[in-house]
Amino acid sequence: MKPSRDRVLSLAVIAPSILAVAIFVYGLIFWTGYISTVKWDTLRPDYSPVGLANYMSIFANNRFLMDIRNTVVFTIFFIGASLVIGLLLANFIDRRIRAEGLFRSIIVFPMAVSFIVTGVVWKWILSPGQPAVGPTAAAPNGVNQLLGLDPATFKWLTDPQVLQLAPDSPAGKVLHDIGLGFITSPNIGIPVALLSIVLAAVWQMSGFVMILYLAGLRAIPEEIKEAARVDGASEFRVFRHVTFPLLTPITLSAMIILGHISLKIYDLTVAMSGSGPGFATDTPALFMWQTTFRDGEFGKGAAVAIVMLVIIAIVVVPYLIWNRRQAVEA
Amino acid sequence: MNLPSRRILAVISVTALVASACSSSSTPAPAGSSGASSAAGVTNIEVVSWWTTGGEASGFNAIIDKFNQDNPTLKVTNSAIAGGAGSNAQAALQNRVLNGNPPDSFQVHMGHELLDTYVTPGYMDNLDDLYAANGWTTQFPQGVLNIVSAKDSAGTLHYYSVPLDIHRANVLWYNKTVFTANNLTPPTTWDQFFTAADALKAKGITPLAVGDNGIWATGMILESILISTLGADGYNGLWTGSTDWTSSKVTDALNLYAKVLTYTNTDHSSLTWDQAADYLIPASAGAQPKAAMTLMGDWAAGEFDNKGFADYGWIAAPGTDKIYDTLADSFGLPSKAVNKAGVKMFLTLLGSAAGQDIFNPYKGSIPANTTAGNPPASAKQYSPYQKWAMGEWKADAIVPSLEHGAAASPKWKGAWETAVTSFVANPNVATLQAALVQACKDAGVCK
Repeated sequence: MKPSRDRVLSLAVIAPSILAVAIFVYGLIFWTGYISTVKWDTLRPDYSPVGLANYMSIFANNRFLMDIRNTVVFTIFFIGASLVIGLLLANFIDRRIRAEGLFRSIIVFPMAVSFIVTGVVWKWILSPGQPAVGPTAAAPNGVNQLLGLDPATFKWLTDPQVLQLAPDSPAGKVLHDIGLGFITSPNIGIPVALLSIVLAAVWQMSGFVMILYLAGLRAIPEEIKEAARVDGASEFRVFRHVTFPLLTPITLSAMIILGHISLKIYDLTVAMSGSGPGFATDTPALFMWQTTFRDGEFGKGAAVAIVMLVIIAIVVVPYLIWNRRQAVEA
Repeated sequence: MNLPSRRILAVISVTALVASACSSSSTPAPAGSSGASSAAGVTNIEVVSWWTTGGEASGFNAIIDKFNQDNPTLKVTNSAIAGGAGSNAQAALQNRVLNGNPPDSFQVHMGHELLDTYVTPGYMDNLDDLYAANGWTTQFPQGVLNIVSAKDSAGTLHYYSVPLDIHRANVLWYNKTVFTANNLTPPTTWDQFFTAADALKAKGITPLAVGDNGIWATGMILESILISTLGADGYNGLWTGSTDWTSSKVTDALNLYAKVLTYTNTDHSSLTWDQAADYLIPASAGAQPKAAMTLMGDWAAGEFDNKGFADYGWIAAPGTDKIYDTLADSFGLPSKAVNKAGVKMFLTLLGSAAGQDIFNPYKGSIPANTTAGNPPASAKQYSPYQKWAMGEWKADAIVPSLEHGAAASPKWKGAWETAVTSFVANPNVATLQAALVQACKDAGVCK
């Protein structure tokens, strides 16, 4: 069959992108995968195969395990808080309030700022205290001052505590009885310093979630809600049983977008606290960078990269498949 | 040929253009690249450093200006990459070395950071002829010669870099007024330190300011404590395998470290070293500063001077008098440098007394070359601290700093920092010692 001119033309037009993506994305993913199975541990490339030794080594590294813990905790809190706040804000804006455009812009504006800037500003706000002289002079912790909190208890970014459930506590025993005893292991917990990072990230991204929800809300025909109201549903039940279910695709999209941001977060934590006290705010991305370029362990760095890729793929690929199905049905 | 197919051709040629643009940009030729001769017959020498601001940049530019004036056919350019202690420069530099396109010379901490990263994998030429021709083997102290040299596979000793400056890591800085007002003398032992620290604590002053936002500042405290408990030879032995990491003396040092950390500011992990040093500066004249002491390298003097704070005193870290915990910025010769003869001329200036006296007064460090120390009257002079340090330098035992790349490989240092980071948040001496023992084994030095 002779291909139509249109087809040839369209192929020619997208060929450069396909080529570039094939080489610079997929080619390099395969290359990284290969590097993760070789010895390469100095600046001189060493391609002698070591199998999965690099992976075993990083999973035996306490710091990497803490990084995974941090990623999971960060992802849960970040997505949860962003969705709740974004949804509340969207409902607020959707009331057709006066000066809606102004409020909408104000709420979305943090998204226009880069994570580095957000990080530096929030670091200044949350630092427990700064010297009163010199160019770094700043008021002591703005949040503590505003709320009248005791700086000895509220250490924000500098708190090395990891909140854990003791195995012998009542809640720990219950978990143990229902087969969830692993939650009480010392490797699982909530690093307090990480919550400060979550705060900054939520400040930045909840406006974006609001816009997504707002678009979703505006797309719901008023008649459906009206019908529910005529049937005697309260405002809350209208939201719970009509609006919210119709927003499911939006929620899912928002979760995926936020999820992939949080899994590879790097700039925000580096700007705010680096590894943090006792690696409380360390991330796999920072670990990967230091392993590769500070320690010269290119093989292990590649292994960390591949683990990150797999985790992100677990989140994103099902969504892409689902999305494609939706598109085909529509 | 009709019109649409001509359009296709145009698209294809544009595609080819884009593709060729991509391929040429994937092997970047940096501006001012090595060996590029300009029309005037001037040969460029590209030197990469991380000195971009302040005294260090002024000093380095002064020495480059001097070289360019003396050698009209050569032109040294400083391709600086900003970033504390070279953390950003390192990644960019490693990429260039890996691609076989290194700069003609680059800044690197003398010692294992240079040796393990670049020399052992075979990316550097040795500088034996420069050391012999300039008499550096007698002008640099033996302690420095030990740090910049390594044996090759045949067992012959070679020199690999030229140290331009010397910094000292084990210095205790204190606020003089606080000490006199409380009838305290600067501590020379850790026992005296604790006595003074308790008195200061009772007055509501943090005894020791630490800013370990990058963990190295606390790592340096441990370094000083290890030196004070083990002595110069014992400390050196930690990095060569002759001192046992499992020994009870190391345990003592770690216990001491745990105790010292209880005298630090609670917000240490959110501060950088300079913000912590600023804790010694009172908010207004006569006010009580937040902290009385800080243990920091001698770049702290520059920080105090920049802030217009003159009321500071210094002393070797407790228990480390007569031992100089050393780090240095040095420059070497990559094997693939294009203009090796020109680089060697520049390195000769960097190692000479004249060159070191141009640079170091700006940087706040002291010359590594013991014949230096007398800059011409028209040039910038050394500060009181530097004059004191130069006296110590000639008399002290010299040991390499771990945190600043001199003592051990970057990999070992990484493992050490991981262990120390966990310890600072959750002090457990046995865990720390086990981790440090393991780090020595992983580095291939301990068995």
